[in-house]
Amino acid sequence: MGNKQTIFTDEQLDAYQDCTFFTRKEILRLHGRYHELAPHLVPMDYTNDPECKIPPALIVNMPELKENPFRNRIVESFSEDGQGNLSFNEFVDMFSVLSETAPRELKAIYAFKIYDYNVDNYLCKEDLEKTLNKLTKEELTPEEVELVCEKTIEEADLDGDNKLSFADFENMITRAPDFLSTFHIRI
Amino acid sequence: MPPKKKSDLAISVEEGMEVDATDSGSEDEARRRSRNRRVKPQRKVKCVSDDDEDEEEDEAPRKRGRKKRAKPQDSDEDDEEDKRSVKNKGSKAPRSRAAKVEREDDSEDERETKKKAGKAVPKKEKEEKNLEKKGNVKGKEEKEKDAEKNKKKKKGKLSSSSSDSSSSDSAEESLSEGEIEALKEQVEEKKQLIATLRNKPWRMKRRLLMLKEAQDFVEKFEGALGKGKGRKFYAFKVMMTKKLIKFKRDFENFKTACIPWERKIKEVESHFGSSVASYFIFLRWMYTLNLVLFGFQFGLVVLPEIMMGLPYGSIPRKTVPREEQATAMDLSVLLDFGGYSQYSFLFYGYYNNEKMIGLLKFRLPLSYLLVGIGIFGYSLMVVIKSMARNANEGGDGSDEGDFIFSWKMFTSWDYLIGNPETADNKYASITTSFKESIVDEQENQKDENIHLRRFLRVLANFLILWCLGGSGYLIYFVVKRGQMFAQMNKEDLTWFQKNEVEFVMSLLGLVCPPLFETIAELEDYHPRIALKWQLGRIFALFLGNLYTFLFALFDDVNEKLQNEKLIKNATEWALQEYQANYTAYFNTTAVPPQVVNPADVIRGPCWETAVGIEFMKLTVSDIQVAYLMILIGDFGRAVLVRFLNYCWCWDLEAGFPSYAEFAISDNVLGLVFNQGMIWMGAFYAPGLVGLNILRLLSSMYYQSWAVMACNIPHERVFKASRSNNFYMGLLLLVLFLSLLPVVYTIMTMSPSFDCGPFSGQDKMYNVVMDTINQDLPSFISNIFSYATNPGVIMPAVLLMVLAIYYLNSVSKGYQQANKDLKKKMQIARDEEKNRRNNKDSTNQVMKDLEDLLPNKSLIPPPAEEEEETPIDVVVSKGKKSLKTKQGAKQDGVNLERDVSLAAPNPRAPVTHGPRPRERPPVNTRGPLPGPGRGRGRGGPPR
Repeated sequence: MGNKQTIFTDEQLDAYQDCTFFTRKEILRLHGRYHELAPHLVPMDYTNDPECKIPPALIVNMPELKENPFRNRIVESFSEDGQGNLSFNEFVDMFSVLSETAPRELKAIYAFKIYDYNVDNYLCKEDLEKTLNKLTKEELTPEEVELVCEKTIEEADLDGDNKLSFADFENMITRAPDFLSTFHIRI
Repeated sequence: MPPKKKSDLAISVEEGMEVDATDSGSEDEARRRSRNRRVKPQRKVKCVSDDDEDEEEDEAPRKRGRKKRAKPQDSDEDDEEDKRSVKNKGSKAPRSRAAKVEREDDSEDERETKKKAGKAVPKKEKEEKNLEKKGNVKGKEEKEKDAEKNKKKKKGKLSSSSSDSSSSDSAEESLSEGEIEALKEQVEEKKQLIATLRNKPWRMKRRLLMLKEAQDFVEKFEGALGKGKGRKFYAFKVMMTKKLIKFKRDFENFKTACIPWERKIKEVESHFGSSVASYFIFLRWMYTLNLVLFGFQFGLVVLPEIMMGLPYGSIPRKTVPREEQATAMDLSVLLDFGGYSQYSFLFYGYYNNEKMIGLLKFRLPLSYLLVGIGIFGYSLMVVIKSMARNANEGGDGSDEGDFIFSWKMFTSWDYLIGNPETADNKYASITTSFKESIVDEQENQKDENIHLRRFLRVLANFLILWCLGGSGYLIYFVVKRGQMFAQMNKEDLTWFQKNEVEFVMSLLGLVCPPLFETIAELEDYHPRIALKWQLGRIFALFLGNLYTFLFALFDDVNEKLQNEKLIKNATEWALQEYQANYTAYFNTTAVPPQVVNPADVIRGPCWETAVGIEFMKLTVSDIQVAYLMILIGDFGRAVLVRFLNYCWCWDLEAGFPSYAEFAISDNVLGLVFNQGMIWMGAFYAPGLVGLNILRLLSSMYYQSWAVMACNIPHERVFKASRSNNFYMGLLLLVLFLSLLPVVYTIMTMSPSFDCGPFSGQDKMYNVVMDTINQDLPSFISNIFSYATNPGVIMPAVLLMVLAIYYLNSVSKGYQQANKDLKKKMQIARDEEKNRRNNKDSTNQVMKDLEDLLPNKSLIPPPAEEEEETPIDVVVSKGKKSLKTKQGAKQDGVNLERDVSLAAPNPRAPVTHGPRPRERPPVNTRGPLPGPGRGRGRGGPPR
């Protein structure tokens, strides 16, 4: 036992590296960040997979997420219970998907989930309205919101069911030139 | 699907439960188990339990099947799996044999020896239980596949190991070639899964589990694969692959750790958005490029000359002339790159024309020329390569306009933003852009507006052209004047007159860009487009300046060449005179060489060094101006605004002067042109690249400090959309433009007769010719002379033109095909969508997506809420044990649990067509197969 505490075993680190887009150092840093969020709850020693979760209120206050209008949705999408309580696994998962190297397909899936406010696997009009209001801080008039949402659905909806399924969304998002450059968070 | 997590849990539950079941099953079993425990107490806990299960589970399901018949589907599945595996893989192993082996297994009591055989079983067992329990779990296909595989594996294993134990000679025979192949295939598949696991949209827990399973699988069967002949080799290969993977990973870690300034740039990015960060990324890229160039230049030219060449003061070109020696060490002279620095390794003139130097017989002149050309070659290659890569990454931006609103809606927020100010700006800019699009959409723009705008744009362009012309003329004028001054005596000139050209050029560089920016306000473009216009205009300005400067320089050089000829003739004449006199005086033809101090030798002007000095000076003045501008324009302004604000009549921060924005276009172009200067000057001043490295390095720290300390984010934050390639395009253009004069001088001008590595040659490239003719085998020079024949070159050029034409048309064809395919894909997708409206989704991604829906059953019910900590943190230790108990209780009534786990998310609205899944959880009783089961049976989609 050195004076340096082991946080993960080597196998764990290797497994995390296999499962995420992070390097060893980044995973340790992520753990540091995670620990920082709730030092009294999160153990330093993760070698035996302690189960603990951090409530969304704490995570959302990370500087990386604080300014993001979709921060609550991001956290909720990645949490298993849908409430935003994140275990370390989910925490790593979140930043892995949002990392620069994650492929477009993977990002598209989670982006879809994030924008899907009512969790029905479709982006319907109310989802879009919520998204738009978050984006513009409700600066647009209701008519404008209406118009934009209608236009969005009109553009992206392929099967004419007046809501966007994942296929619609993927089709649209894979062509967006800025999607990859904007849908990532550096940690 | 919610039950996903459950299934993971279920496994652990299962393990615990199994023990109970078998304990109660038979005493014999228990006894055996305890014996096993005694046998291997040194194993880790997990392994022990695993191994225990090996043995008992080997037995347990069958016993249970026989005795209780509690799980009839267990054996059913066995059969099914067997059949399928036999059918699918086409393996020859008949079921009967497997069965026989199992029976054998049963009867034999030497389980300890059959570690391997046993090991496969619990896995299969687990898988199967998962299968049963999971119901409509999404990833079922995979699991099932695993199960199948394991099953098969087990069979193979069992047969092989049992025959091992009974008769080892039949080892080979029991594992047929086909099986080995299949096994290998599966191992490969697993490996593939491990490699791509991070791309799977699964929850981390599931990923970790899958990873572990896959790794275990690989681990287990990899070693055993190579039974017989190739075994050792196979084991070795496996080991090496493992090592290689490890090494690669370490290397990757190392590489990311080596990328400099990552955090610095990230900080800037989060404050100022990606457009400002793109400048710093570009700066970093430039730095690495220059490091490589410096490596070439320093390692192949400068270092050999310093280490192996003649020392300072040995020959005239390495000595300061007598008349300059008095002032040679003055700081002002040194800073002007006169005196000692002029006669140092920094400049062309210092290098000796000795063909080979030192012990290594290093051909310095040849190396000098090749490095000079190689720098261009390397830069071209790197720039084009990164351009191509950027273009690939950019995807096809062809169908812009299809998704204006959708893209704005879903991709306009830059997730990197972490600064409130930037975020506010971003909100504002998104709102504006939406409003703009809405206006565009409504198409109620008035005609007069358009006319006015057009008029303004034309006016702006007119003004800017006028500015450009004016600045061009100004430079021309100054250069002419400078030539006039050059004729006059140096002492009569003031400092201003001496530095007029540099001064005016820097001034223009300072004044014009803001002027352009002001004029561009008239045009009212989107900032991203405006940035490009601005870049283009400043580019034109700088280019004009640079080329005017170059032409002036060429005039100068030509004059120096004339001058040099005179001096050369004079020295030759003097030498002849000396010889004639000597002969006449001493009456001998053996003339000893004239002994003159190298400092006193008459020498030519050495135009190459002069050019090098000009570039050196220009670079230095450029650095000075840039740094001063940051200090005064940004820092000074910020300080003034900040502190005068306390005692001023209006709000300085929000009002007129405000803080400066980071001028991306200026900085990028400054960088690009600086690099052009380096490329041009590097041939004549080998030290220039080193200077540039220092500049880039300091500028990285200085500018990132300045931007964080004194600048504010842009009013309209915008993304750097592929503008990186725009920068690269500019760089490529500048590279090409700076390549021209250098190659021109190398090919046409004759080098100075008394300085530099090519002195004494008629043309610089003669060095190459000489080397080819004299030092290489004669056939190569023959080939070369044929190749340089116009008769060969002309057809070659023609051929290249044809090739370009051909490739161009091919690429056009591909583009067309690409477009068609896209259209087809679109149609196909539409069709599929329409078809799917009533059907279950078959798309794996959709299933994964559903799988990722929050697990409602995990939300702590209100009753549990009370037990928990007030901050709502779920410490699920207690929960887990609770689950375990439940699991144990429910063991017998497996089916109910199965079904209840499969219950659909209660909060999810009904979004699919009528499907069995939609059944409310209340009536899911009895042995109804979960709907997911049916689907899962279909096997993975191909």
